[in-house]
Amino acid sequence: MKTASKEISAVSLVQEALDKAHQYQDEYFVFDWIDDAAIEKARLIDEKIARGEQVGRLAGVPYALKDNFLSKDGESRASALILEGLKSPVTATAVKKLEAEGAIMIGRTNMDAFAHGSSTENSYYGPTKNSKDLQRVAGGSSGGSAVAVALGIVPFATGTDTGGSIRQPASFNGVYGIKPTYGAISRYGVVAMASSTDCVGFFAGESEDLDLLMDICAGQDVNDLTTLPDFYSASKVKEGKKRIGIIKDFDSDVVDAEIRATLRTKIELLQSKGHEIVELEMPALKYALAVYYIIVPAEITSNLSRHDGIRYGYRSDKSRNLNDLYEHTRDEGFMPENKRRIMIGNFVLSSGFYDAYYLKAAKARTLIIQEYEQAFSKCDYILTPVSPNPAFKIGEKVNDPIAMYLEDVMSVPLNLAGLPGLTVPAGKTKTGIDLGLQLVGPRRSDKSLINFAKELKEVA
Amino acid sequence: MEVNQDTIQHLAKLSNFALADSEVARLVTDIKEIVNYISQLDELKTEGIEPTYQVFEMENVWRPDEIKAQEADRDALLTLTKEVENYQIKVPKVL
Repeated sequence: MKTASKEISAVSLVQEALDKAHQYQDEYFVFDWIDDAAIEKARLIDEKIARGEQVGRLAGVPYALKDNFLSKDGESRASALILEGLKSPVTATAVKKLEAEGAIMIGRTNMDAFAHGSSTENSYYGPTKNSKDLQRVAGGSSGGSAVAVALGIVPFATGTDTGGSIRQPASFNGVYGIKPTYGAISRYGVVAMASSTDCVGFFAGESEDLDLLMDICAGQDVNDLTTLPDFYSASKVKEGKKRIGIIKDFDSDVVDAEIRATLRTKIELLQSKGHEIVELEMPALKYALAVYYIIVPAEITSNLSRHDGIRYGYRSDKSRNLNDLYEHTRDEGFMPENKRRIMIGNFVLSSGFYDAYYLKAAKARTLIIQEYEQAFSKCDYILTPVSPNPAFKIGEKVNDPIAMYLEDVMSVPLNLAGLPGLTVPAGKTKTGIDLGLQLVGPRRSDKSLINFAKELKEVA
Repeated sequence: MEVNQDTIQHLAKLSNFALADSEVARLVTDIKEIVNYISQLDELKTEGIEPTYQVFEMENVWRPDEIKAQEADRDALLTLTKEVENYQIKVPKVL
Protein backbone atom coordinates (compact mmCIF):
# COMPACT_ATOMS: atom_id res chain seq x y z
CA MET A 1 0.00 0.00 0.00
CA LYS A 2 1.06 3.57 -0.59
CA THR A 3 2.53 5.36 2.41
CA ALA A 4 3.19 9.08 2.74
CA SER A 5 6.64 10.35 1.76
CA LYS A 6 8.26 13.50 0.40
CA GLU A 7 6.74 12.58 -2.97
CA ILE A 8 3.22 11.58 -1.88
CA SER A 9 1.63 13.62 0.91
CA ALA A 10 -0.49 12.09 3.65
CA VAL A 11 -3.04 14.84 2.96
CA SER A 12 -3.45 13.67 -0.65
CA LEU A 13 -3.81 10.01 0.41
CA VAL A 14 -6.40 10.83 3.06
CA GLN A 15 -8.25 13.35 0.90
CA GLU A 16 -8.57 10.80 -1.89
CA ALA A 17 -9.98 8.23 0.55
CA LEU A 18 -12.44 10.73 2.03
CA ASP A 19 -13.61 11.80 -1.43
CA LYS A 20 -14.27 8.19 -2.40
CA ALA A 21 -15.96 7.47 0.92
CA HIS A 22 -18.42 10.32 0.33
CA GLN A 23 -18.85 9.42 -3.35
CA TYR A 24 -19.95 5.83 -2.56
CA GLN A 25 -21.78 6.44 0.71
CA ASP A 26 -25.32 7.05 -0.57
CA GLU A 27 -25.34 4.02 -2.83
CA TYR A 28 -23.45 1.45 -0.75
CA PHE A 29 -23.80 2.70 2.84
CA VAL A 30 -20.29 1.62 3.81
CA PHE A 31 -19.83 3.88 6.84
CA ASP A 32 -21.80 4.67 9.98
CA TRP A 33 -19.67 7.79 10.26
CA ILE A 34 -17.06 9.47 8.05
CA ASP A 35 -14.40 11.52 9.81
CA ASP A 36 -13.59 14.58 7.69
CA ALA A 37 -11.27 15.78 10.46
CA ALA A 38 -8.92 12.92 9.50
CA ILE A 39 -7.26 15.39 7.16
CA GLU A 40 -5.85 17.25 10.18
CA LYS A 41 -4.05 14.09 11.28
CA ALA A 42 -2.64 13.75 7.77
CA ARG A 43 -1.27 17.27 7.99
CA LEU A 44 0.65 16.36 11.15
CA ILE A 45 2.26 13.41 9.34
CA ASP A 46 3.26 15.65 6.44
CA GLU A 47 4.81 18.15 8.85
CA LYS A 48 6.85 15.33 10.43
CA ILE A 49 8.06 14.24 6.99
CA ALA A 50 8.95 17.83 6.07
CA ARG A 51 11.00 18.13 9.28
CA GLY A 52 12.81 14.92 8.36
CA GLU A 53 11.43 13.06 11.39
CA GLN A 54 10.91 9.32 11.51
CA VAL A 55 7.41 8.22 10.50
CA GLY A 56 5.82 4.80 10.97
CA ARG A 57 5.30 1.90 8.60
CA LEU A 58 1.72 3.05 7.90
CA ALA A 59 2.49 6.76 7.62
CA GLY A 60 -0.50 8.59 6.20
CA VAL A 61 -2.28 5.38 5.17
CA PRO A 62 -6.07 5.89 5.40
CA TYR A 63 -8.00 2.99 6.89
CA ALA A 64 -11.56 2.09 7.86
CA LEU A 65 -12.44 0.96 11.38
CA LYS A 66 -15.22 -1.49 12.13
CA ASP A 67 -17.71 0.26 14.40
CA ASN A 68 -17.16 -2.17 17.31
CA PHE A 69 -13.63 -0.87 17.99
CA LEU A 70 -13.57 1.78 20.71
CA SER A 71 -11.66 4.95 19.96
CA LYS A 72 -11.84 8.61 20.79
CA ASP A 73 -12.89 9.43 17.23
CA GLY A 74 -16.65 9.52 16.77
CA GLU A 75 -19.15 7.36 18.60
CA SER A 76 -18.29 3.67 19.08
CA ARG A 77 -21.70 2.11 18.52
CA ALA A 78 -21.16 -1.36 17.04
CA SER A 79 -24.02 -0.29 14.69
CA ALA A 80 -26.45 -0.71 17.58
CA LEU A 81 -28.92 1.81 18.97
CA ILE A 82 -28.11 0.81 22.55
CA LEU A 83 -24.58 2.23 22.19
CA GLU A 84 -25.73 5.46 20.55
CA GLY A 85 -23.96 8.50 21.96
CA LEU A 86 -20.99 6.49 23.28
CA LYS A 87 -17.96 8.71 22.88
CA SER A 88 -15.40 6.29 24.21
CA PRO A 89 -12.77 7.62 26.60
CA VAL A 90 -10.59 4.57 25.82
CA THR A 91 -9.00 3.39 22.60
CA ALA A 92 -8.62 -0.22 21.50
CA THR A 93 -5.05 -1.56 21.61
CA ALA A 94 -5.19 -2.54 17.92
CA VAL A 95 -6.19 1.02 16.99
CA LYS A 96 -3.35 2.42 19.10
CA LYS A 97 -0.84 0.15 17.40
CA LEU A 98 -2.04 1.04 13.89
CA GLU A 99 -2.09 4.75 14.64
CA ALA A 100 1.33 4.64 16.32
CA GLU A 101 2.59 3.55 12.89
CA GLY A 102 0.89 6.53 11.27
CA ALA A 103 -2.35 4.98 9.96
CA ILE A 104 -5.28 7.43 9.78
CA MET A 105 -8.86 6.31 10.38
CA ILE A 106 -11.25 7.95 7.91
CA GLY A 107 -14.49 6.37 9.07
CA ARG A 108 -16.33 3.78 11.11
CA THR A 109 -17.75 0.96 9.02
CA ASN A 110 -21.24 -0.44 9.16
CA MET A 111 -21.77 -3.93 10.63
CA ASP A 112 -24.46 -6.23 11.96
CA ALA A 113 -25.29 -4.78 15.38
CA PHE A 114 -22.88 -6.30 17.93
CA ALA A 115 -21.49 -8.41 15.04
CA HIS A 116 -24.55 -10.70 15.16
CA GLY A 117 -25.19 -11.63 11.57
CA SER A 118 -23.82 -12.73 8.21
CA SER A 119 -25.08 -9.96 5.93
CA THR A 120 -24.79 -6.53 7.66
CA GLU A 121 -28.59 -6.32 7.39
CA ASN A 122 -28.84 -6.42 11.19
CA SER A 123 -27.30 -2.95 11.51
CA TYR A 124 -29.55 -0.42 13.24
CA TYR A 125 -28.55 2.03 10.51
CA GLY A 126 -29.45 -0.15 7.51
CA PRO A 127 -27.66 -2.64 5.25
CA THR A 128 -24.38 -2.14 3.39
CA LYS A 129 -24.58 -3.16 -0.29
CA ASN A 130 -22.33 -5.64 -2.03
CA SER A 131 -19.45 -4.02 -3.92
CA LYS A 132 -20.39 -5.76 -7.20
CA ASP A 133 -24.20 -5.80 -7.01
CA LEU A 134 -26.34 -3.27 -5.15
CA GLN A 135 -29.18 -5.80 -4.84
CA ARG A 136 -26.98 -8.19 -2.85
CA VAL A 137 -25.64 -8.26 0.69
CA ALA A 138 -22.14 -7.21 1.65
CA GLY A 139 -21.78 -10.26 3.87
CA GLY A 140 -21.18 -9.85 7.54
CA SER A 141 -20.82 -9.00 10.14
CA SER A 142 -17.88 -6.81 8.96
CA GLY A 143 -19.67 -5.90 5.70
CA GLY A 144 -18.78 -2.21 5.68
CA SER A 145 -15.06 -2.93 6.15
CA ALA A 146 -15.00 -5.48 3.30
CA VAL A 147 -16.80 -3.12 0.91
CA ALA A 148 -14.58 -0.16 1.91
CA VAL A 149 -11.55 -2.18 0.71
CA ALA A 150 -13.31 -3.70 -2.31
CA LEU A 151 -14.39 -0.28 -3.62
CA GLY A 152 -10.82 0.98 -3.24
CA ILE A 153 -11.78 3.60 -0.65
CA VAL A 154 -9.00 2.43 1.69
CA PRO A 155 -6.17 -0.11 1.30
CA PHE A 156 -7.09 -1.87 4.53
CA ALA A 157 -9.81 -2.07 7.17
CA THR A 158 -10.18 -3.70 10.56
CA GLY A 159 -12.67 -6.44 11.31
CA THR A 160 -13.65 -8.91 13.99
CA ASP A 161 -14.36 -12.59 13.39
CA THR A 162 -16.34 -14.70 15.86
CA GLY A 163 -17.68 -17.23 13.34
CA GLY A 164 -16.75 -15.90 9.90
CA SER A 165 -17.37 -12.15 10.16
CA ILE A 166 -14.12 -11.31 8.35
CA ARG A 167 -13.73 -14.28 6.01
CA GLN A 168 -17.28 -14.34 4.61
CA PRO A 169 -17.61 -10.63 3.68
CA ALA A 170 -14.05 -10.78 2.27
CA SER A 171 -15.20 -13.66 0.06
CA PHE A 172 -18.41 -11.86 -0.95
CA ASN A 173 -16.42 -8.80 -2.08
CA GLY A 174 -13.23 -10.24 -3.59
CA VAL A 175 -10.69 -9.10 -1.00
CA TYR A 176 -8.30 -10.83 1.39
CA GLY A 177 -9.41 -11.28 4.99
CA ILE A 178 -7.47 -12.81 7.89
CA LYS A 179 -8.94 -14.27 11.05
CA PRO A 180 -5.80 -14.86 13.10
CA THR A 181 -5.02 -17.57 15.64
CA TYR A 182 -7.15 -17.03 18.77
CA GLY A 183 -5.23 -14.67 21.05
CA ALA A 184 -2.89 -13.26 18.38
CA ILE A 185 -4.19 -9.67 18.59
CA SER A 186 -5.45 -7.84 21.67
CA ARG A 187 -9.21 -7.43 22.01
CA TYR A 188 -8.89 -4.67 24.58
CA GLY A 189 -11.32 -1.94 23.56
CA VAL A 190 -13.34 -4.12 21.20
CA VAL A 191 -17.04 -4.63 21.97
CA ALA A 192 -17.23 -8.21 23.26
CA MET A 193 -19.45 -10.78 21.58
CA ALA A 194 -18.27 -14.31 22.40
CA SER A 195 -15.09 -14.31 24.46
CA SER A 196 -13.90 -17.81 23.59
CA THR A 197 -14.01 -17.21 19.81
CA ASP A 198 -13.79 -13.42 19.14
CA CYS A 199 -10.73 -12.39 17.12
CA VAL A 200 -9.48 -9.10 15.70
CA GLY A 201 -8.28 -9.23 12.09
CA PHE A 202 -8.04 -7.35 8.81
CA PHE A 203 -9.20 -6.89 5.24
CA ALA A 204 -6.79 -5.86 2.50
CA GLY A 205 -6.57 -5.81 -1.25
CA GLU A 206 -3.12 -7.45 -1.17
CA SER A 207 -1.97 -10.37 0.97
CA GLU A 208 1.40 -8.66 1.63
CA ASP A 209 -0.48 -5.88 3.43
CA LEU A 210 -2.04 -8.42 5.80
CA ASP A 211 1.47 -9.57 6.68
CA LEU A 212 2.48 -6.02 7.64
CA LEU A 213 -0.73 -5.46 9.67
CA MET A 214 -0.25 -8.72 11.57
CA ASP A 215 3.37 -7.83 12.23
CA ILE A 216 2.26 -4.50 13.71
CA CYS A 217 -0.72 -5.67 15.76
CA ALA A 218 0.08 -9.18 17.04
CA GLY A 219 1.43 -9.55 20.55
CA GLN A 220 0.72 -9.65 24.24
CA ASP A 221 -1.25 -6.87 25.91
CA VAL A 222 -1.48 -6.36 29.67
CA ASN A 223 -5.05 -5.20 29.13
CA ASP A 224 -6.09 -8.49 27.49
CA LEU A 225 -4.88 -11.53 29.38
CA THR A 226 -5.96 -13.83 26.53
CA THR A 227 -3.24 -12.49 24.21
CA LEU A 228 -0.40 -14.78 23.20
CA PRO A 229 3.21 -13.61 23.32
CA ASP A 230 4.06 -12.35 19.83
CA PHE A 231 4.68 -15.41 17.69
CA TYR A 232 3.90 -13.76 14.39
CA SER A 233 6.91 -11.62 13.66
CA ALA A 234 9.42 -14.37 14.47
CA SER A 235 7.53 -17.24 12.84
CA LYS A 236 9.26 -18.94 9.93
CA VAL A 237 7.36 -19.35 6.72
CA LYS A 238 7.15 -22.96 5.60
CA GLU A 239 8.45 -23.07 2.03
CA GLY A 240 8.24 -25.85 -0.51
CA LYS A 241 5.54 -28.25 -1.64
CA LYS A 242 2.54 -28.55 0.62
CA ARG A 243 -0.03 -31.14 1.52
CA ILE A 244 -3.43 -29.51 1.06
CA GLY A 245 -6.38 -31.07 2.85
CA ILE A 246 -9.84 -30.96 1.37
CA ILE A 247 -12.92 -31.87 3.39
CA LYS A 248 -15.16 -34.40 1.62
CA ASP A 249 -18.35 -33.26 3.34
CA PHE A 250 -17.85 -29.69 2.13
CA ASP A 251 -17.94 -30.86 -1.49
CA SER A 252 -21.63 -31.76 -1.63
CA ASP A 253 -24.94 -30.63 -3.07
CA VAL A 254 -25.49 -28.09 -0.31
CA VAL A 255 -22.65 -26.07 -1.83
CA ASP A 256 -23.29 -23.81 -4.81
CA ALA A 257 -22.12 -25.39 -8.09
CA GLU A 258 -19.93 -22.44 -9.09
CA ILE A 259 -18.17 -22.47 -5.72
CA ARG A 260 -17.50 -26.22 -6.06
CA ALA A 261 -16.15 -25.70 -9.56
CA THR A 262 -13.89 -22.88 -8.35
CA LEU A 263 -12.52 -25.09 -5.58
CA ARG A 264 -11.95 -27.99 -8.00
CA THR A 265 -10.11 -25.80 -10.49
CA LYS A 266 -7.89 -24.47 -7.73
CA ILE A 267 -7.14 -27.97 -6.47
CA GLU A 268 -6.16 -29.14 -9.97
CA LEU A 269 -3.89 -26.15 -10.40
CA LEU A 270 -2.23 -26.79 -7.04
CA GLN A 271 -1.69 -30.43 -8.00
CA SER A 272 -0.14 -29.40 -11.31
CA LYS A 273 2.34 -27.30 -9.32
CA GLY A 274 3.39 -30.35 -7.34
CA HIS A 275 1.36 -29.83 -4.18
CA GLU A 276 -0.24 -32.94 -2.74
CA ILE A 277 -4.01 -33.13 -2.17
CA VAL A 278 -5.20 -35.06 0.88
CA GLU A 279 -8.86 -36.00 1.32
CA LEU A 280 -10.04 -35.56 4.90
CA GLU A 281 -12.93 -37.17 6.72
CA MET A 282 -14.06 -34.91 9.55
CA PRO A 283 -17.45 -36.28 10.64
CA ALA A 284 -17.82 -34.06 13.75
CA LEU A 285 -17.63 -30.89 11.64
CA LYS A 286 -21.23 -31.21 10.53
CA TYR A 287 -22.18 -30.55 14.15
CA ALA A 288 -19.98 -27.45 14.39
CA LEU A 289 -22.77 -25.05 13.48
CA ALA A 290 -25.06 -26.44 16.20
CA VAL A 291 -22.18 -26.28 18.69
CA TYR A 292 -21.46 -22.72 17.63
CA TYR A 293 -25.09 -21.61 18.02
CA ILE A 294 -25.10 -22.95 21.57
CA ILE A 295 -21.72 -21.78 22.86
CA VAL A 296 -21.70 -18.38 21.18
CA PRO A 297 -25.20 -17.30 22.33
CA ALA A 298 -24.30 -18.47 25.85
CA GLU A 299 -21.29 -16.15 25.82
CA ILE A 300 -23.30 -13.36 24.15
CA THR A 301 -25.89 -13.52 26.92
CA SER A 302 -23.18 -12.96 29.46
CA ASN A 303 -21.26 -10.26 27.54
CA LEU A 304 -24.33 -8.27 26.55
CA SER A 305 -25.86 -8.23 30.02
CA ARG A 306 -23.67 -5.18 30.75
CA HIS A 307 -25.61 -3.03 28.27
CA ASP A 308 -28.36 -1.73 30.50
CA GLY A 309 -28.72 1.99 29.76
CA ILE A 310 -27.17 3.08 33.05
CA ARG A 311 -23.53 3.95 32.48
CA TYR A 312 -23.36 4.81 28.76
CA GLY A 313 -25.27 4.75 25.50
CA TYR A 314 -28.98 4.82 24.85
CA ARG A 315 -31.54 4.99 27.68
CA SER A 316 -35.27 4.48 27.14
CA ASP A 317 -37.49 7.27 28.44
CA LYS A 318 -40.44 4.91 28.95
CA SER A 319 -39.36 3.73 32.37
CA ARG A 320 -41.12 4.35 35.66
CA ASN A 321 -38.62 2.44 37.78
CA LEU A 322 -35.19 0.88 37.54
CA ASN A 323 -36.28 -2.53 36.30
CA ASP A 324 -38.45 -0.89 33.65
CA LEU A 325 -35.45 1.10 32.54
CA TYR A 326 -33.38 -2.06 31.97
CA GLU A 327 -36.18 -3.84 30.16
CA HIS A 328 -37.25 -0.99 27.88
CA THR A 329 -33.71 0.13 27.12
CA ARG A 330 -32.69 -3.39 26.14
CA ASP A 331 -35.91 -4.07 24.25
CA GLU A 332 -35.61 -0.88 22.21
CA GLY A 333 -31.82 -0.80 21.96
CA PHE A 334 -31.12 -4.29 20.63
CA MET A 335 -31.93 -5.56 17.14
CA PRO A 336 -34.19 -8.64 16.73
CA GLU A 337 -31.14 -10.86 16.07
CA ASN A 338 -29.44 -9.59 19.24
CA LYS A 339 -32.55 -10.56 21.17
CA ARG A 340 -32.77 -14.00 19.61
CA ARG A 341 -29.17 -14.76 20.51
CA ILE A 342 -29.47 -13.45 24.06
CA MET A 343 -32.60 -15.52 24.60
CA ILE A 344 -31.06 -18.67 23.09
CA GLY A 345 -28.08 -18.12 25.39
CA ASN A 346 -30.36 -17.94 28.40
CA PHE A 347 -32.18 -21.02 27.16
CA VAL A 348 -29.07 -23.23 26.80
CA LEU A 349 -27.71 -22.06 30.16
CA SER A 350 -31.01 -22.59 32.04
CA SER A 351 -31.14 -25.18 34.74
CA GLY A 352 -32.63 -28.31 33.22
CA PHE A 353 -31.17 -27.57 29.77
CA TYR A 354 -27.55 -26.83 30.64
CA ASP A 355 -26.36 -30.46 30.41
CA ALA A 356 -28.33 -31.24 27.26
CA TYR A 357 -27.16 -28.15 25.38
CA TYR A 358 -24.26 -26.18 26.81
CA LEU A 359 -22.29 -29.05 28.33
CA LYS A 360 -23.00 -31.28 25.34
CA ALA A 361 -21.75 -28.54 23.00
CA ALA A 362 -18.60 -28.04 25.06
CA LYS A 363 -17.86 -31.77 24.71
CA ALA A 364 -18.60 -31.70 20.98
CA ARG A 365 -16.18 -28.78 20.74
CA THR A 366 -13.45 -31.09 22.05
CA LEU A 367 -14.25 -33.59 19.28
CA ILE A 368 -14.02 -30.86 16.65
CA ILE A 369 -10.64 -29.73 18.00
CA GLN A 370 -9.42 -33.33 17.94
CA GLU A 371 -10.51 -33.73 14.32
CA TYR A 372 -8.49 -30.70 13.34
CA GLU A 373 -5.46 -32.03 15.23
CA GLN A 374 -5.72 -35.31 13.33
CA ALA A 375 -6.23 -33.46 10.05
CA PHE A 376 -3.09 -31.39 10.55
CA SER A 377 -1.06 -34.55 11.14
CA LYS A 378 -1.92 -35.45 7.53
CA CYS A 379 -1.78 -32.05 5.82
CA ASP A 380 -0.27 -28.57 6.14
CA TYR A 381 -3.38 -26.55 5.31
CA ILE A 382 -7.03 -27.17 4.63
CA LEU A 383 -8.69 -25.50 1.63
CA THR A 384 -12.48 -25.12 1.70
CA PRO A 385 -15.19 -22.78 0.46
CA VAL A 386 -15.84 -19.86 2.82
CA SER A 387 -19.60 -20.26 2.67
CA PRO A 388 -22.00 -22.55 0.80
CA ASN A 389 -23.36 -19.72 -1.37
CA PRO A 390 -22.10 -16.52 -3.00
CA ALA A 391 -23.53 -13.17 -1.84
CA PHE A 392 -27.31 -13.53 -1.62
CA LYS A 393 -30.04 -10.95 -2.25
CA ILE A 394 -30.81 -8.32 0.38
CA GLY A 395 -33.90 -9.45 2.30
CA GLU A 396 -33.63 -13.06 1.14
CA LYS A 397 -32.60 -14.58 4.49
CA VAL A 398 -32.93 -11.81 7.05
CA ASN A 399 -36.25 -13.10 8.41
CA ASP A 400 -35.16 -16.73 8.50
CA PRO A 401 -32.55 -17.15 11.24
CA ILE A 402 -31.67 -20.76 10.38
CA ALA A 403 -31.15 -19.98 6.66
CA MET A 404 -28.85 -17.14 7.71
CA TYR A 405 -26.96 -19.31 10.25
CA LEU A 406 -26.40 -22.02 7.60
CA GLU A 407 -24.28 -19.50 5.68
CA ASP A 408 -21.71 -19.84 8.51
CA VAL A 409 -21.44 -23.64 8.32
CA MET A 410 -17.92 -23.64 6.85
CA SER A 411 -16.51 -20.67 8.70
CA VAL A 412 -17.48 -21.38 12.34
CA PRO A 413 -15.61 -24.67 12.93
CA LEU A 414 -12.18 -23.07 13.07
CA ASN A 415 -13.32 -20.38 15.52
CA LEU A 416 -14.33 -23.18 17.89
CA ALA A 417 -10.80 -24.57 17.60
CA GLY A 418 -9.02 -21.19 17.74
CA LEU A 419 -7.37 -21.74 14.34
CA PRO A 420 -6.32 -19.09 11.83
CA GLY A 421 -8.23 -18.78 8.56
CA LEU A 422 -7.65 -16.69 5.48
CA THR A 423 -9.98 -15.76 2.65
CA VAL A 424 -8.28 -15.67 -0.73
CA PRO A 425 -10.17 -14.19 -3.70
CA ALA A 426 -10.64 -17.02 -6.21
CA GLY A 427 -12.84 -15.80 -9.03
CA LYS A 428 -16.33 -14.66 -9.89
CA THR A 429 -19.69 -16.19 -10.65
CA LYS A 430 -21.09 -15.94 -14.18
CA THR A 431 -23.06 -12.91 -12.99
CA GLY A 432 -19.92 -11.20 -11.68
CA ILE A 433 -20.23 -11.86 -7.94
CA ASP A 434 -16.94 -12.46 -6.12
CA LEU A 435 -16.01 -15.91 -4.82
CA GLY A 436 -13.31 -16.60 -2.26
CA LEU A 437 -11.77 -19.73 -0.82
CA GLN A 438 -10.74 -20.33 2.76
CA LEU A 439 -7.29 -21.51 3.75
CA VAL A 440 -7.07 -22.91 7.29
CA GLY A 441 -3.89 -23.76 9.17
CA PRO A 442 -2.80 -25.03 12.58
CA ARG A 443 -2.49 -22.55 15.46
CA ARG A 444 0.28 -19.99 14.92
CA SER A 445 0.58 -20.75 11.20
CA ASP A 446 -0.78 -17.28 10.32
CA LYS A 447 2.38 -16.08 8.59
CA SER A 448 2.69 -19.23 6.49
CA LEU A 449 -0.99 -18.98 5.53
CA ILE A 450 -0.60 -15.40 4.34
CA ASN A 451 2.53 -16.38 2.44
CA PHE A 452 0.79 -19.33 0.79
CA ALA A 453 -1.99 -16.98 -0.36
CA LYS A 454 0.52 -15.54 -2.83
CA GLU A 455 1.02 -19.00 -4.35
CA LEU A 456 -2.72 -19.60 -4.48
CA LYS A 457 -3.15 -16.33 -6.34
CA GLU A 458 -0.36 -17.20 -8.77
CA VAL A 459 -1.99 -20.47 -9.75
CA ALA A 460 -5.16 -18.58 -10.73
CA MET B 1 -38.60 -29.51 24.18
CA GLU B 2 -41.79 -27.47 23.72
CA VAL B 3 -41.14 -23.77 23.03
CA ASN B 4 -44.30 -21.76 23.62
CA GLN B 5 -45.35 -18.28 24.74
CA ASP B 6 -44.54 -19.10 28.37
CA THR B 7 -41.01 -20.15 27.42
CA ILE B 8 -40.50 -16.88 25.55
CA GLN B 9 -41.89 -14.81 28.43
CA HIS B 10 -39.58 -16.65 30.83
CA LEU B 11 -36.54 -16.09 28.59
CA ALA B 12 -37.54 -12.44 28.13
CA LYS B 13 -37.55 -12.05 31.90
CA LEU B 14 -34.09 -13.66 32.18
CA SER B 15 -32.88 -11.42 29.35
CA ASN B 16 -34.43 -8.21 30.71
CA PHE B 17 -36.58 -7.47 27.66
CA ALA B 18 -39.99 -5.76 27.77
CA LEU B 19 -41.31 -7.61 24.72
CA ALA B 20 -44.35 -6.42 22.79
CA ASP B 21 -47.02 -9.08 22.20
CA SER B 22 -46.32 -9.04 18.47
CA GLU B 23 -42.67 -9.83 19.19
CA VAL B 24 -43.57 -12.79 21.41
CA ALA B 25 -45.42 -14.60 18.62
CA ARG B 26 -42.53 -14.10 16.22
CA LEU B 27 -39.99 -15.26 18.79
CA VAL B 28 -41.94 -18.46 19.51
CA THR B 29 -41.47 -19.42 15.85
CA ASP B 30 -37.81 -18.32 15.65
CA ILE B 31 -36.63 -19.79 18.95
CA LYS B 32 -38.48 -23.04 18.27
CA GLU B 33 -36.67 -23.38 14.94
CA ILE B 34 -33.28 -22.60 16.46
CA VAL B 35 -33.78 -25.00 19.38
CA ASN B 36 -34.86 -27.64 16.91
CA TYR B 37 -31.68 -27.08 14.89
CA ILE B 38 -29.26 -27.18 17.83
CA SER B 39 -31.00 -30.28 19.20
CA GLN B 40 -29.39 -32.33 16.42
CA LEU B 41 -26.38 -32.56 18.77
CA ASP B 42 -28.33 -35.34 20.52
CA GLU B 43 -27.09 -37.69 17.78
CA LEU B 44 -23.43 -37.12 18.59
CA LYS B 45 -21.83 -39.53 21.05
CA THR B 46 -19.90 -37.59 23.69
CA GLU B 47 -19.56 -40.11 26.55
CA GLY B 48 -16.20 -39.83 28.24
CA ILE B 49 -15.25 -36.65 26.34
CA GLU B 50 -13.95 -33.74 28.39
CA PRO B 51 -15.67 -30.40 27.66
CA THR B 52 -13.71 -27.47 26.18
CA TYR B 53 -14.61 -24.03 27.48
CA GLN B 54 -11.76 -22.02 26.01
CA VAL B 55 -9.02 -22.47 23.43
CA PHE B 56 -6.40 -20.23 24.97
CA GLU B 57 -3.45 -22.50 25.55
CA MET B 58 -1.91 -20.62 28.44
CA GLU B 59 -3.08 -20.69 32.03
CA ASN B 60 -2.75 -18.55 35.11
CA VAL B 61 -1.70 -15.29 33.57
CA TRP B 62 -0.88 -13.17 36.57
CA ARG B 63 -0.03 -9.53 36.95
CA PRO B 64 1.05 -7.67 40.06
CA ASP B 65 -1.88 -6.38 42.11
CA GLU B 66 -1.04 -2.71 41.75
CA ILE B 67 -3.31 0.29 41.46
CA LYS B 68 -2.48 2.00 38.19
CA ALA B 69 -3.86 5.09 36.52
CA GLN B 70 -6.44 3.97 33.97
CA GLU B 71 -6.97 5.38 30.51
CA ALA B 72 -10.36 6.74 31.54
CA ASP B 73 -10.77 8.33 34.95
CA ARG B 74 -13.94 8.80 36.94
CA ASP B 75 -14.69 12.22 35.44
CA ALA B 76 -14.37 10.90 31.89
CA LEU B 77 -16.62 7.92 32.65
CA LEU B 78 -19.29 10.07 34.28
CA THR B 79 -19.65 12.16 31.12
CA LEU B 80 -21.01 9.03 29.36
CA THR B 81 -24.14 8.66 31.46
CA LYS B 82 -27.43 10.57 31.27
CA GLU B 83 -27.76 12.01 34.75
CA VAL B 84 -25.14 12.66 37.42
CA GLU B 85 -25.75 13.96 40.93
CA ASN B 86 -23.10 14.40 43.61
CA TYR B 87 -20.54 12.65 41.44
CA GLN B 88 -22.79 9.59 41.14
CA ILE B 89 -24.90 8.13 38.34
CA LYS B 90 -28.59 8.83 38.88
CA VAL B 91 -31.21 6.23 37.97
CA PRO B 92 -35.01 6.02 38.50
CA LYS B 93 -36.34 4.72 41.80
CA VAL B 94 -36.13 0.97 42.33
CA LEU B 95 -39.81 0.49 43.23
